[in-house]
Amino acid sequence: MHSLDKRFLNEIKRVLPSHTILLSEEQRKPYECDGLSGYRALPGAVLLPDTVDVVQKILALCQRYQIPVVARGAGTGLSGGATPHPEGVLLSMARFNQVLSIDQVAATARVQPGVRNLAISEAVADFGLYYAPDPSSQIACTIGGNVAENAGGVHCLKYGLTVHNVVSAQVVLMGGEILEIGGEALDNPGYDLLAAFVGSEGMLGVVTEVTVRLLPRPIAAKALMSSFDSTEDAAAAVARIIAEGIIPAGLEMMDNPAIVAAEDFVSAGYPRDAAAILLCELDGGIEEVETDVATVSRLLLDCGAIDVRVAQDESERARFWSGRKNAFPAVGRISPDYYCIDGTIPRRMLGKVLAGIADLATQYQLKVANVFHAGDGNLHPLILYDAGKPGEFERTEALGADILQLCVRAGGTITGEHGVGLEKIDQMCVQFGAGELEQFHALKKVFDPDGLLNPGKAVPTLSRCAEFNAMHVHGGHLPHPELPRF
Amino acid sequence: MADTFRTLSCHGFDSRLQVSDFTQTLAETVREASASGDPLCIQGGNTKKFLGREPVGKPCFMSGYAGVTNYEPTELVITAKAGTTLMAIEATLAEAGQMLPFEPPGFGVDATIGGTIACGLSGPARPYRGAARDLVLGITCINGNGQILKFGGQVMKNVAGYDVSRLMVGAMGTLGIMTEISLKVLPTPKQTKTLVFECSSSAGLKKMTSLFARSIPVTASAWHDDFLRIRLSGVKDSVDAAAAELGGEFDPDGDQFWQKLKEHRLDFFNGPGSLWRLSLKPKNEVLPLTDPYLIEWGGGLYWVKTSRPPSDLIKIAASAGGYITRFNGGDRTENLSGLGDVGMRLNQQLKKGFDPQNILNPGRLFA
Ligand SMILES: Cc1cc2nc3c(=O)[nH]c(=O)nc-3n(C[C@H](O)[C@H](O)[C@H](O)COP(=O)(O)OP(=O)(O)OC[C@H]3O[C@@H](n4cnc5c(N)ncnc54)[C@H](O)[C@@H]3O)c2cc1C
Ligand SMILES: Cc1cc2nc3c(=O)[nH]c(=O)nc-3n(C[C@H](O)[C@H](O)[C@H](O)COP(=O)(O)OP(=O)(O)OC[C@H]3O[C@@H](n4cnc5c(N)ncnc54)[C@H](O)[C@@H]3O)c2cc1C
Repeated sequence: MHSLDKRFLNEIKRVLPSHTILLSEEQRKPYECDGLSGYRALPGAVLLPDTVDVVQKILALCQRYQIPVVARGAGTGLSGGATPHPEGVLLSMARFNQVLSIDQVAATARVQPGVRNLAISEAVADFGLYYAPDPSSQIACTIGGNVAENAGGVHCLKYGLTVHNVVSAQVVLMGGEILEIGGEALDNPGYDLLAAFVGSEGMLGVVTEVTVRLLPRPIAAKALMSSFDSTEDAAAAVARIIAEGIIPAGLEMMDNPAIVAAEDFVSAGYPRDAAAILLCELDGGIEEVETDVATVSRLLLDCGAIDVRVAQDESERARFWSGRKNAFPAVGRISPDYYCIDGTIPRRMLGKVLAGIADLATQYQLKVANVFHAGDGNLHPLILYDAGKPGEFERTEALGADILQLCVRAGGTITGEHGVGLEKIDQMCVQFGAGELEQFHALKKVFDPDGLLNPGKAVPTLSRCAEFNAMHVHGGHLPHPELPRF
Repeated sequence: MADTFRTLSCHGFDSRLQVSDFTQTLAETVREASASGDPLCIQGGNTKKFLGREPVGKPCFMSGYAGVTNYEPTELVITAKAGTTLMAIEATLAEAGQMLPFEPPGFGVDATIGGTIACGLSGPARPYRGAARDLVLGITCINGNGQILKFGGQVMKNVAGYDVSRLMVGAMGTLGIMTEISLKVLPTPKQTKTLVFECSSSAGLKKMTSLFARSIPVTASAWHDDFLRIRLSGVKDSVDAAAAELGGEFDPDGDQFWQKLKEHRLDFFNGPGSLWRLSLKPKNEVLPLTDPYLIEWGGGLYWVKTSRPPSDLIKIAASAGGYITRFNGGDRTENLSGLGDVGMRLNQQLKKGFDPQNILNPGRLFA
């Protein structure tokens, strides 16, 4: 049975039709986790509003009865950001699925938060426009979830993350007030509250409308695939391309285990014996792309590429990318389970950190496949494990935590695009000190004084960090990494 | 100044942060100010003292704290102490063939990177290459409690914690004193070319706005005094192809024009009256203005010179869905316009969340 206050539920029933209030266990079950399926909880109730007015009323009631609220888009998040609260309401924004207006002059689109990422580009395609941030989950994930996580994608190296491509948003605050943030002017008065909201993981307010900036489709785009017999050479090539003054639209790396898995799955034409491949996409004007393709090909060969292939037509370009885009499910086929890590490091540390990850994997006796946004230094080591084997998931989590610490030590961060959520709450104690955490809590308090939105996520309490850090010796190593924690 | 390692110990656990003596002393100053309630006035190069509301408080000098602390061209990131001059940063980048994509105005040779980011002003490239806020990757700052804090970092993608670094942009030093800043930089385009067209403001505006939806390497646009100028940047062949497509005349003094526009050294800016800035969503219809004006940013920004009271301008800006700020000259006591009641309240609470005693540049951004 659900655990919510009866009086609260009675009031909710007055603002929402009964078929949009899910209370039975069977109805709530599909919402018990997001893409990080190791964390689960049944929400007290699932609510499915479809007007802003009703969202306002729900949040007012939740404030009055002090009921926790977790917003949910498509539930593809990989850090447990949308994991329900057992005593709270899960607010599904999925029914807010309309593109409200498209402004061809300013090249913007106003959409509801439940609109899928790819649906925006589809809706504006006839105008020769598109929405640039393209997470691999773009067929499913929502723009509301993208704003909450500051989602990135393959094309973010050149075109920026969600924060660079959203111009304004409407949010409903806990308590029910509406706040308009950002604006369609190119700058706006007051503090940049939009910047605070993007990437805030549903902790500050519920996003009810988003205006995104659209870009004209580039006239030309070409993809190159190059193979290397060492990951260090491939990593060096990444830096060389950038040093030459070229910003590719995408620059992705896959290591041998990922190459083989992808090849077995979709036959993208990748060389199975290469230690690493680099996929590079160049776009722009016809002349620009031709020049850049020639330059990049030369640089790749200079850096020791054993083979460089330029896609000859659109279908070959699509095939090159198909392996990358299907890399996660491909890895899913070769291992009963996999765990996706999301650290970012300075590009120049790529070679060293990849070697460090390999060492750690050996130490933990686990296999790791690497598929990642090399141009941004955003790593996605996929740890292969079998949840059925006792202790293996715990070892996997410990290896993941060590990899993130390695990223922090290399001058990077514990999350590039997937967010902290529940998953990396302890690693926040590695990345930040007490002062920063206090400042985060002060910021949160401005928008949600009672701490009802997504409680327990994204920013750890000071006492939790004190406990976590007490378990660790300095230098970022667990006293006994071989021992399972808990 | 010698950087020393210190271990800051608070709340029973340690966080290791590299803190310079300067920063440590400054934090001490802020803690004293916070205890006494006496405001501090953060001063960079003192080049933008006309901007915003009247500065008050004991000056707190940043320009001595200068120097690029980390620059690795292949990372596309530069990190510098907040008092480093904009010119020094631009010179360092130029040596490696790179630049600050948002082309910030300096309004004087002494402008510092701290003041530049605090003001959040961007130059002619803004609609095409992003604003100051788009390029800030990380900062070290001192909040109103005198705590030394580090947010973001030197990497392109980072979603750990709220994006406090971006919050500092345009805050005019009211949320914290920045001591170190990391910015994303870009390669300088190999070729730039400015085209000039003689046309009415209405025709010029239509041409500017039409470029947003076209795949053309535009990096600046402005209409003034019956001339529209469009800057193209990129590889030579693409720039030439785009120039051929757009028509117009080649302007040999183009680079100078954009520089003067950015630094407000065109004759227009010397005319009588206060300088007003109207920021709005780019539209095809020219605003019904009777005073001299200049349009840039693809129609998203109007500069207006007038000695008359601003009531008409406020109406015009509002009816176009934009907002207006007094940029230079005249009465500086007006409060920030364009924020609704909820927005204003949250702005004030946010200020409190960072600076509970209201000692950092109090009243510079809003009352
Ligand atoms: C196969 C796969 C590939 C992926 N690839 C990428 C990738 O390339 N890049 C990338 O960045 N991410 C990627 N992700 C992660 C995920 O898709 C993104 O984080 C996405 O932005 C989540 O969107 P969602 O609609 O599914 O949000 P959810 O998972 O439903 O929610 C995510 C967070 O947003 C909050 N939220 C959702 N909607 C709202 C709202 N309207 N208002 C306020 N808060 C809200 C939730 O509370 C939660 O904290 C991938 C995930 C999968 C499964
Ligand atoms: C003794 C004295 C008396 C003065 N009396 C007056 C007076 O009566 N009237 C008057 O108009 N001016 C006066 N000034 C000038 C006034 O101090 C400056 O206008 C003020 O310091 C702001 O400098 P600025 O805006 O030019 O700084 P800029 O460097 O141009 O900076 C612009 C903005 O950025 C902020 N800023 C700069 N660096 C940082 C940083 N690192 N972190 C965060 N924020 C930053 C500044 O506070 C300011 O808001 C006086 C100065 C002194 C030294």
